[in-house]
Amino acid sequence: MASFFTSRLFFISLALVVIAATLPLYVSGYVLGLLTVAFYFGVFAMAWDLLFGFAGEVNFGPTFLIGVGAYTAGILNAQFGWSVYLCIVLGALASVIAGLVLALPALRVRGPYFGLTTLVAVLMLQNFIVVFADLTGGEIGLTIPDVITINAGANYWIALGFMTISAAILYGLSQSPIGLVLQASGQDPVQAGALGFNIVKHKLAAFIVSAFFSGLSGALLVFYFGTASVGTVVDVAVGVNVIVSAVLGGRRTVLGAALGAIFLIVAGEFLRPTGELATFIVSAVALLVVLFFPGGFLGAALSHEARS
Amino acid sequence: MRAFQILIDGFAISALYALGATGFTLIFGVSGVLNLSHGAIMVAAAVAAWAAASIFNVGTYAGALIGVAVALIAAFATYFAVVKPIQDSRRIPNEEKEIFVLTGTLLWGIMIQELIAYFFTNNAKTVLPIVEGVVDILGVRTPKNEIFTAIVCCLVIALLWLLVNRTRTGKAVLAASMNPRGVTLLGLELTNIYIVVWAIYGILAGIAGVLLGMFLGVSSYSVGPLTASAFSIVVLGGLGSVSGSLIAAFVVGYLETLTAYLVSPAYRTIPALLLLVFVMYIRPQGLLGRR
Repeated sequence: MASFFTSRLFFISLALVVIAATLPLYVSGYVLGLLTVAFYFGVFAMAWDLLFGFAGEVNFGPTFLIGVGAYTAGILNAQFGWSVYLCIVLGALASVIAGLVLALPALRVRGPYFGLTTLVAVLMLQNFIVVFADLTGGEIGLTIPDVITINAGANYWIALGFMTISAAILYGLSQSPIGLVLQASGQDPVQAGALGFNIVKHKLAAFIVSAFFSGLSGALLVFYFGTASVGTVVDVAVGVNVIVSAVLGGRRTVLGAALGAIFLIVAGEFLRPTGELATFIVSAVALLVVLFFPGGFLGAALSHEARS
Repeated sequence: MRAFQILIDGFAISALYALGATGFTLIFGVSGVLNLSHGAIMVAAAVAAWAAASIFNVGTYAGALIGVAVALIAAFATYFAVVKPIQDSRRIPNEEKEIFVLTGTLLWGIMIQELIAYFFTNNAKTVLPIVEGVVDILGVRTPKNEIFTAIVCCLVIALLWLLVNRTRTGKAVLAASMNPRGVTLLGLELTNIYIVVWAIYGILAGIAGVLLGMFLGVSSYSVGPLTASAFSIVVLGGLGSVSGSLIAAFVVGYLETLTAYLVSPAYRTIPALLLLVFVMYIRPQGLLGRR
């Protein structure tokens, strides 16, 4: 952990954050808006990587946690008029509770079964949002009256700051003894258990931390968008983006996940002139990375550093 | 009257679910691969059948055949371009191959879905049915197409059962699902068995896709829900257990039909999802699954 502060990765990350912080001084509001969304997605992907990359569990339900956080915050604000900050805190809290409820049955099973249980959670949430349309806005989406700020620069800095702090905490956690136990349990659960580690407890902790950051990020995103809809925070397709981001950036690297998310969102936007083929091209690139550089962006870069 | 309607409609949809899930569970049973591009391959078959019959006017039978052929090609492409490279890769640790196959086939499915959307738009397409008209069964007006769908599904599943249990190739496939290493010791090439399984899978997915296109219609938006429902049926039945997924398909199909008729079509999928969570909780390996 201490060696991280003297490593190349730390200085590169620091330099990137400093450069990113100066962006509002010379780029357009359009670019800032794009990156703001990308940063929130970065947190989604990092939170997912903590659970998947380290515990080896494919969580198909990142958007269950994100959606609960986002919709709780959105509904409390839109239907009850509670203050933005209270809504954000309660959104994150709701996501933690939802994470616990999901984790209890889900953690009893492994592999594909775990994947399915988490996928079902997303489908259920989606169904409930449509059925309780009075409360949630249904398929059209929920319009949120309040926003944190309308200043593009301020929104950008909030997102950047939030992502940086989340990255520091999640990365720190992944390098801590807890992260190491998770990693061991991901590679060989029986042996890790035999060494006396309570795997379920550690995974539960990872799930809750993952839920907290997903929910918080989802709630913040809702107050940036000014709307909550199934298509932006719950849909399985959104979850796919989160998963692809993490694998693309490099699983088990946490920081790579954020890079992957930023790449996906920015690349999607750059390819917008290609119209409907944009998603095709992004998926094709992601598939090539999965096939030829299974370590992802950061994994490839780090292994290169290790060799030289 | 309504009970008969539920019985008939439920049977047709359940048979279709069963056929759609059988190929999926076969591949998992034999090679441990969960193919998340399943929905995309089914939709590709339906859209190809639709395009061949509606745009190029080749007729309904030829259209259906073209649909199945496209699914077969797509299945082979999935195996050779995505699954096999991941399985053979030395850079991916063995314990992570499963996750890479999931991610890889997921991306592959999205690529197919986007290509369909690009060339044929997102609009829903209904494949021209092979048989048209309605018949009266016990006072229920039933489209002949619905009966046709149910019969073809049952026939194909019965044929598959014969193929697996009564032919040499089928026995090799069965053996590979039980002990892959043992099969190679007997001098059979595992890759050849996988190719056979993917071929069977492609044909099954193709027939299921084309029938679905005739019965309910498809669009590129159906891709995700189709994969998800095949996945849930297969897990509910027990991964790799073909008979388990048949039972699960009928449970889910009837539960959905009952909900749609007796409660509201809006709640259609909810009870099945709840059941799935419940089963996962008390019997994580599924109804007929081995651990």
